[in-house]
Amino acid sequence: MKRSLWTLILPVLVVLAVGLYPLLTQQDVHRETSFTLLRAVALAASLNIILGFTGYVSFGHVVFYGLGGYVAFYLVAQKGWPFWSAVLMGGLAAALLAFLIGAGILRLRGAYFALVTIGVNEAMKAFIYNFQPFGGPVGLTMNFAVYRAYGGPRAVLWMTYHWLFIVTLIVVVVSYWIRASKFGLGLLSIREDEDAAEVMGVRTSWFKTWAFTLSAFFPGLVGAIFFFRNASIEPHDAFPLHVSIESIVMVMLGGQGTVIGPILGGIGYQWMRVFLLTNRLLKNIQLAVAGALLLIIVLFIPAGLVGWLRRRLPATRRVLL
Amino acid sequence: MDMGFLFASLIDGLLLGFVFGVAAIGLTLIFGVMEVINLAHGPVIALGMFGLYFATTLLGVHPYMGTLLTAAGGLLLGILIYAIAVHRVIGAPHLSSLLATYSINMMIIGVGTALLTTSPRNIEFSLGSVTLGAATIPVTRIVAALASLLAAVALYLFMQYTRWGKFIRAVTDNRDAAELVGIPSTKVLALSFGLGTMLAAFSGALIATLFPFTILEGGKYELKSFVISVLGGLGNPMGALIGGIIIGLIEGLVPVFLPTTWVLVVEFVLFVLILLIRPTGLFGGRAH
Repeated sequence: MKRSLWTLILPVLVVLAVGLYPLLTQQDVHRETSFTLLRAVALAASLNIILGFTGYVSFGHVVFYGLGGYVAFYLVAQKGWPFWSAVLMGGLAAALLAFLIGAGILRLRGAYFALVTIGVNEAMKAFIYNFQPFGGPVGLTMNFAVYRAYGGPRAVLWMTYHWLFIVTLIVVVVSYWIRASKFGLGLLSIREDEDAAEVMGVRTSWFKTWAFTLSAFFPGLVGAIFFFRNASIEPHDAFPLHVSIESIVMVMLGGQGTVIGPILGGIGYQWMRVFLLTNRLLKNIQLAVAGALLLIIVLFIPAGLVGWLRRRLPATRRVLL
Repeated sequence: MDMGFLFASLIDGLLLGFVFGVAAIGLTLIFGVMEVINLAHGPVIALGMFGLYFATTLLGVHPYMGTLLTAAGGLLLGILIYAIAVHRVIGAPHLSSLLATYSINMMIIGVGTALLTTSPRNIEFSLGSVTLGAATIPVTRIVAALASLLAAVALYLFMQYTRWGKFIRAVTDNRDAAELVGIPSTKVLALSFGLGTMLAAFSGALIATLFPFTILEGGKYELKSFVISVLGGLGNPMGALIGGIIIGLIEGLVPVFLPTTWVLVVEFVLFVLILLIRPTGLFGGRAH
């Protein structure tokens, strides 16, 4: 079946809609909402590269987010680097970490890979906790004089928003490109049957390592942007395991291995969280309600929203990818 | 170096290691039988702590009697969790079972923080202490270590000599073949999950006799259980006990040479290295 161009246009339109809305209204509250949504989308869509396309369950996505955040924060706050170059370095540091450990840990499969990614995250958190240049347990805080160079705190909030918007767009386009390319085909073949892929001539370890590296680059950028605007960073904020798991949930919710799935999943999950947090009855047990919803999805709709639609309504396969 | 401090620190770590070991046996038992990594392990440990808390404060039973009650409650809870979340994802991709058990984690933590808050509790209970050379050891720690050892031995005897224990081993080896000879595999899986949860709750109750705790406390011990299980070989219960002792000794040894905050670095680096170099652990894990 020929794939329609809508498979690219739809995901981009969704992100544009979320991203442009605050730019039109110029409202702070809209900007903050969209920031949270875009961050969720960027994390989920980048995780999807290794989780959905390649079939490796990583609980370590947040390690790249935290490391990127720390590296960029350190460069801006302590070394006086310009913001854009620090963000880039944050992404590169995350990608480098993934590249270095990828060759080793991607040999593990299934539950063993999932466990080692938890281990990498906890080891990094414990190490940063003891690493004095990054402030050890208390972390680092931003001197507000740094913000003045960018026009003050309010201007920083807008500037970082623009950056995140652009990064999210790039994540979406890259993930479409991967899905549609021969590289992506190799990843999908690894997901379906790694041994068979190897026999058919896919250089599996090369494919996996690059998928992992690409998937780590973007959370590095997002972490760098987030912690710069946050004005402080400390180990427990930078490496929370539950953010990794939430990212997995977003990917599952929308449909792993699809391009638009993690986008819808990210938006849907955040929307649900806001709904629960603002509901007087459910506010206190919002985590439990979210858990119950997750269980229902895992047990009954494991393919996620997009996977379910594609199976039930074959006509949607042309436009949903 | 101060030998007295080293000795005291090692004894301290060793005794705790037995308790960590029991928690890890629960995790590794479940993985061994059904290849499910139970991400609800931590909250169950925390529920064990609160189980003991309520047994002593509301029912007024002796703390060690309370640990047995808590263990029984853990068994039932485990079977319930199996029926609700795990049964349908047996044999599904790992992602499904990881997320299904994590959803239970979220539910327990969500309801737990709403009802119990996150302010620390503790159980007022002391048996004095004994002095051994340079080490002054609270008796509660010795009892906790002995109780853990007893639990491990009891599990071993159960698995070796009872009918249901043999069923569990048969299902672990080959579920299809076990079903062919008439072993009720669903019941066996439910029982195994129950036993694993029971051990987690029991170790939580023992920890509660030693330290203050909150409903979030289990996460720490869950991570420790991962490290220990992998060290001993995932799916190998007796390996987990020895892994627990090793981790206990590391926790006793590291603070002698480095600031205490490095303990976690050492543990998790070791964890990652073991997975990379010898994923079946030091004593052999579940064969694939």
